Amino acid sequence: MELKKILISPIARGAFANSLEISARTAIVGAILGALFAWALVSGKPGSFFYRFSVALSSVLAQFGGVMLTFAFLATFGFNGLVSTFAIKIAPDSFLAQSDWLYGMTGLSLLYTFFQIPLMVLVFLPTLENLKPQWREASDALGGRVYEYWFRVGIPILTPSFAGATLLLFVNSFSAYATADTLINMADFLTPLEISSALSSEVGGANPAEAKALSLFMIIVVTLAMTFYALLRRRVSKWEQRR
Amino acid sequence: MKQTWKLKIWRGIIIATVGLYLLVPLIAMLDFSTKPFVLGMNSRTLESWKVIPAQPDLALAIGRSLITALIVMLLILFLIVPTAIWVHLKLPSLRRPFELLCLLPLAIPAIVLVVGVSPLYRWISINLTESPITLSGVYSMLILPYTYRSLSAALDAVDIHTLAEAATTLGATVSRVIFGIIMPTIRTGIINGSFIAIALVLGEYTISNILNYKTFQVVIAQIGRSNGNVAVAVSLASLLFVLFLLLLIPNKKRQGAILDVDIA
Amino acid sequence: MNPSAYVQLVDLAKYFGKVKALDGLSLDIAEGELVALLGPSGCGKTTALRALAGLQELDRGQMIVDGKDVTFQRANNRGMGMVFQAYSLFPHMTARENVEYGLKLRAHKTAGEKRKARSAELLELVGLSTHANHYPHQLSGGQQQRIALARALAISPKVLLLDEPLSALDAKVRTQLREEIRRIQVELGTTTLFVTHDQEEALGIADRVGVMRNGQLEQIAAPAQLYDRPKTAFVAEFVGLTNPIAGKVNGGSIEVLGGVVKTLPGSITSGSGIALVRPESIDVVASKSGNATIISASFLGATCRLNISMRDGSHVTSQLPSPDAVGLDAGMSVKVSLLDIPVFVKAAG
Repeated sequence: MELKKILISPIARGAFANSLEISARTAIVGAILGALFAWALVSGKPGSFFYRFSVALSSVLAQFGGVMLTFAFLATFGFNGLVSTFAIKIAPDSFLAQSDWLYGMTGLSLLYTFFQIPLMVLVFLPTLENLKPQWREASDALGGRVYEYWFRVGIPILTPSFAGATLLLFVNSFSAYATADTLINMADFLTPLEISSALSSEVGGANPAEAKALSLFMIIVVTLAMTFYALLRRRVSKWEQRR
Repeated sequence: MKQTWKLKIWRGIIIATVGLYLLVPLIAMLDFSTKPFVLGMNSRTLESWKVIPAQPDLALAIGRSLITALIVMLLILFLIVPTAIWVHLKLPSLRRPFELLCLLPLAIPAIVLVVGVSPLYRWISINLTESPITLSGVYSMLILPYTYRSLSAALDAVDIHTLAEAATTLGATVSRVIFGIIMPTIRTGIINGSFIAIALVLGEYTISNILNYKTFQVVIAQIGRSNGNVAVAVSLASLLFVLFLLLLIPNKKRQGAILDVDIA
Repeated sequence: MNPSAYVQLVDLAKYFGKVKALDGLSLDIAEGELVALLGPSGCGKTTALRALAGLQELDRGQMIVDGKDVTFQRANNRGMGMVFQAYSLFPHMTARENVEYGLKLRAHKTAGEKRKARSAELLELVGLSTHANHYPHQLSGGQQQRIALARALAISPKVLLLDEPLSALDAKVRTQLREEIRRIQVELGTTTLFVTHDQEEALGIADRVGVMRNGQLEQIAAPAQLYDRPKTAFVAEFVGLTNPIAGKVNGGSIEVLGGVVKTLPGSITSGSGIALVRPESIDVVASKSGNATIISASFLGATCRLNISMRDGSHVTSQLPSPDAVGLDAGMSVKVSLLDIPVFVKAAG
């Protein structure tokens, strides 16, 4: 059957597996770094300029995918980029001096994490702000040390939200795979991914069934992720206030 | 809570690390766009930046994108917010499914989305108008995940049932309750939801590109094709521009985080 | 200052910029005693409590508990049990798990079996054994506070600290719960500091009540003392009802409402003054040529409260034993005078 052939088709699988791997990796890294940064924001002065600036910057960076992101990273790591020229002077043999590592998996992950972190900050900040100071104080008063508080109270309470946010990041990354394409093929911004080229080209082109199967897989992955998310949500209701 | 020096150190490290990660590319863009690029120049130059105002399509595109942002804002105010209020007020059992529905746009890849809406937009551009402002329709859908959740939190924080009942017994009509009573109360939630809506409209690329509309980002990409330095300059400028816009919006409250709501 | 008192707070000071949260507060608490800190918002009572708990740094002062100087000790080493106003139960743990939290932290001292027994004992003490496996959001406000109390007591604290624990609860629950807190406190003999802005609460359960204002202690005494012999106008007015009645002061007494009454120490000694008179110190008799008219009379069982309008337009509230109020009705003309009980007089104007 067509479906089976597609499963075996190396190209489709390659693209698919790549996007899964990148999404997972960047979701986790972005979630951790984003959560830490959000914590740094929350534990600072409320309403400060730094806070507002970080939130505004996060909104912008989370949305400015595609074009700007590409240019930003080329300016940093590409040929004649800031970091690469720096690296050439200091460590000419390191990978940083080469300008095409950016197009590989590592480079792509770095790129993606760049907008995963702000997204995580936006999504996780409210959760952190809901962490009531009384819980920390109660734990202190009862004799708990800092790590004990985090281990027994803070982290258990935050975990479902954190997992949900990570899922969201995963889904976001997965569906934003288009950014990768821009980087890989700078000459032609209109290059569609395998799916859309297959779908939209009525003039011969790749196998439409293949495209449909690929989109089916994407839908399945996303549905699974959203289901997990809904389940997580329900779990938190167990101890959430119901209005 | 006492801020021990240990806490401060941790904060410092985190802010420095993540901050660097996020800022270095931006600084690199500044560096790149001001580098000497023609033989004979040996100092930094703002040449690439000076070109920006001269680009013909750019002003037009900015204008269009801003108008689109405005329309999206209006759609938020007059369609999404009232709906959110209605669901919270009258249809509480639909809250969870509705929320999940609003999260869906995050999950659908832009590519898939664009393939889905392209016939619609083809029709629109033939029969109604070719202006990119029509994208506000699609954009309103794209901002749902963020905006709805922001509204949802604000609605949860206030006892809107009591407010609505009080207003109704005093003689207020439904529209007055929604627009005159509840909306002002959830003002922060609306503002926060709008933040990211504006950022999205001005930052969106994939869909507008494939549908062949000349929005802000598309024009930037266009410029970039011809001249790398200018492209970088323009990108950075656009980012700073939107950032500046957002900072203008008053947002002093502490729980004014953009999504103002627990993720789970 | 009693240098051998179980808890000693010595000259505590804390300033937030220009705001004097604590401005030289000194106080001691005997072992097993329940002291209430009473005062309006912003008087510093919560700051003092939190300082003792170790959750608030001080600019100046010393704190001694059971002979040890705890001023610079961290909150988690002080062995105090604290009950917050609200929201302090860990939402992801059941009632029992909450109660056992402090014990779990001291796991090396309390093995599993002993821990379970202890938490069961405390849940029994606060009357919530049946709710042991419920989550906080499944409990009412009053129940949550009782669990919070059980949790604080589980670690057998040296001092029990209560930060307006009843303020977020309904009136009826408040009265019930405060009696229970007192009962438990007496039964266990725990030294307790209780902060509240509700004077009825403070007077109702404390051994001694300290009235605070602007970071300082105005007066600390047993409830009856505080009520009958206030040392300052603020205390007189804050604790219990007072009727301000003008009069002329002469030395240690004041001429008011046609009679002469002694003044309390701390009152002004000459000139025009305002006597702060308790409702039960006002005598009312029917009189055709009286100096006042009754506006309304409320029968409260053992006593009767009369709302009276004086000839100069001011209002006073009198509270008489019901037998003495027989026949007094709204609209009647009456003669109002003061019983021979010393009053506090503040300056007029």
